[in-house]
Amino acid sequence: MTRGPTWFNITSLIAGFSFLYLPIVLLVIYSFNESRLVTVWGGFSTKWYVSLLQNDQLLDAAWVTLRVAFVSASIATVLGTLAALVLVRSGRFVGRTLFSGMIFAPLVMPEVILGLSLLLLFVAMDQTRGFWTVMLAHTTFSMCYVAVVVQSRLVGFDKSMEEAAEDLGCPPVKTFFLITLPIILPGVIAGWMLAFTLSLDDLVIASFTTGPGATTLPMKIYSQVRLGVTPEINAVCTILVALVTLGVIAASIATKRQQVQRERDERAAFGAEG
Amino acid sequence: MAKKSVGPVRREFTPWENPDHPPFIEFRNVSKKFGDFTAVRNLSLKIYEREFFALLGGSGCGKTTLMRMLAGFETPTSGQIFLDGQDLAGIPPYRRPSNMMFQSYALFPHMSVEKNIAFGLKQDKLPQAEIDDRVAEMLRLTKLEQFAKRKPHQLSGGQRQRVALARSLAKRPKVLLLDEPLGALDRKLREETQFELMNLQEELKMTFLIVTHDQEEAMTVADRIAVMDKGELIQVATPSEIYEAPNSIYVADFIGDVNLIEATVSEVSEDGTKLHSTGEGFLIESSQTTEAAPGDKVWYAIRPEKVRIAKGQGDAGAFNQVTGIVWDIGYLGDVSIIHAKVGADNRDILRATFANVSRMVEDPITWDEDVVLSFDRDAGVILTR
Repeated sequence: MTRGPTWFNITSLIAGFSFLYLPIVLLVIYSFNESRLVTVWGGFSTKWYVSLLQNDQLLDAAWVTLRVAFVSASIATVLGTLAALVLVRSGRFVGRTLFSGMIFAPLVMPEVILGLSLLLLFVAMDQTRGFWTVMLAHTTFSMCYVAVVVQSRLVGFDKSMEEAAEDLGCPPVKTFFLITLPIILPGVIAGWMLAFTLSLDDLVIASFTTGPGATTLPMKIYSQVRLGVTPEINAVCTILVALVTLGVIAASIATKRQQVQRERDERAAFGAEG
Repeated sequence: MAKKSVGPVRREFTPWENPDHPPFIEFRNVSKKFGDFTAVRNLSLKIYEREFFALLGGSGCGKTTLMRMLAGFETPTSGQIFLDGQDLAGIPPYRRPSNMMFQSYALFPHMSVEKNIAFGLKQDKLPQAEIDDRVAEMLRLTKLEQFAKRKPHQLSGGQRQRVALARSLAKRPKVLLLDEPLGALDRKLREETQFELMNLQEELKMTFLIVTHDQEEAMTVADRIAVMDKGELIQVATPSEIYEAPNSIYVADFIGDVNLIEATVSEVSEDGTKLHSTGEGFLIESSQTTEAAPGDKVWYAIRPEKVRIAKGQGDAGAFNQVTGIVWDIGYLGDVSIIHAKVGADNRDILRATFANVSRMVEDPITWDEDVVLSFDRDAGVILTR
């Protein structure tokens, strides 16, 4: 029996990771390129990051994107959590299957169709398209993701905790805020973060529903790339990659620490009983 | 000769024997249906103040539904429930003067032990100083002082159980409802906790209602037990009555171990009843009078520990004895169980148990030996259903 990795394992691992990450690594490297030509290395420089700070168009687009993402993620979290509560808690009611199917349909619906139908709706309603329409559109599709995440958290929820709270004299609405919400909070936060990221990098739906003055960052990048990739775009993307990586690392460290703490607590508890 | 009573007397507390004594909790013709399934069927029951009452039955017998209706988590389909003279209909769980300890404990995972205990008191908007006093008292009562700042996941199973108990007792409810409170504990801890529960109930002078499927637990803690089956009460009586004088085959079989002998009534008199066992073909003389008439088929239920066993052959025509062959011997340490084949063709099995009172036994009973099984006139009960 061979322990440890074989040559086959190592090769496939390297191949797999290169496939996933080589393009991103190249992008990061070329963002520090001195040369204006994207594919020719002209020495190390951070000048594209400096010029980025002076590019008002890109900065504006980034600000719009952040605002859209924040507001839509927050609204989607409230609506998605309510939907998940109804799905998990209400038991069987007429139209439950239809309701749950319709909640999850946007997950598999092609974005183009969603974007187009929203555009038609906004036109029919005679809405001037801009910040609010993008925000509403993002809320619509990210709400489904929140519902899925929160639902999985609610399924493992012991309903007798709510009953216990009521039994001890706490009315139902107060019980929700004192007991239910704090317990499902990790799921709600995860749902919010998912909605936030989805909104951040959405291109298709945003381009259908946006109007003048509300260009999001992905749209800006896309339109600039069509005119030729500049190292400035590489710099923007590198910053985005760095942000996402930091977020993921922070989240996994937090989870790991929580787990270690939990194990230590449990050992202490059973040791004490010993 | 002193008057014979059934089993040991637990305490001088028998309000149910006085028909004028007002009940503290009363179920009046209560039914509960879930769709087509009837969980509780036209049930009436009275429970008295300061009583420790147990609802006992297998899973799905309706015992938990009955308790949940009292707590307000289920609404009766028909019938009324009274607590301390008040009709509970339409009162939501958070306004009912009862508190419940849940089977899963249902501790709030995001709150420390003391916050869990204080939760109910905070809902009553008591002054903080009083809340602190009450929490401290509960922590002392349940020996949890050193764990006050811990979160539930930092506690062992036994400690969690005590937090759940402390939390449900903190508001000093009129009734404490215990839903399978000791189900998750191991045997030794469970036995200890049973006695702790009894002491707590004495000390706090509260009414306790416990739901359990564990007959030993019900027998240990309760003043009275209600045996339930299929949503109905089969028998409501003290533990010793339930054990020594079951009113039906269901109760006799559910509680403890029993030999059920099918028999035909041969003679009924004021002095007692004579039976003829159908399978084993031996004669039984019981001091019990019965409504059954000669010729009726009945059951004679006798507990294994009330069957005496000795080596040798019995008299063929004598009452209350039968000859058998030892078929199986189970040694449990404190007692031994002997399964003996009896009857004409050694078809039926009669069980006898005896306490192993001495360590060394001269000439012990062994496998395939002839034995005489005998019992007293008042050792068993005649059951007609």
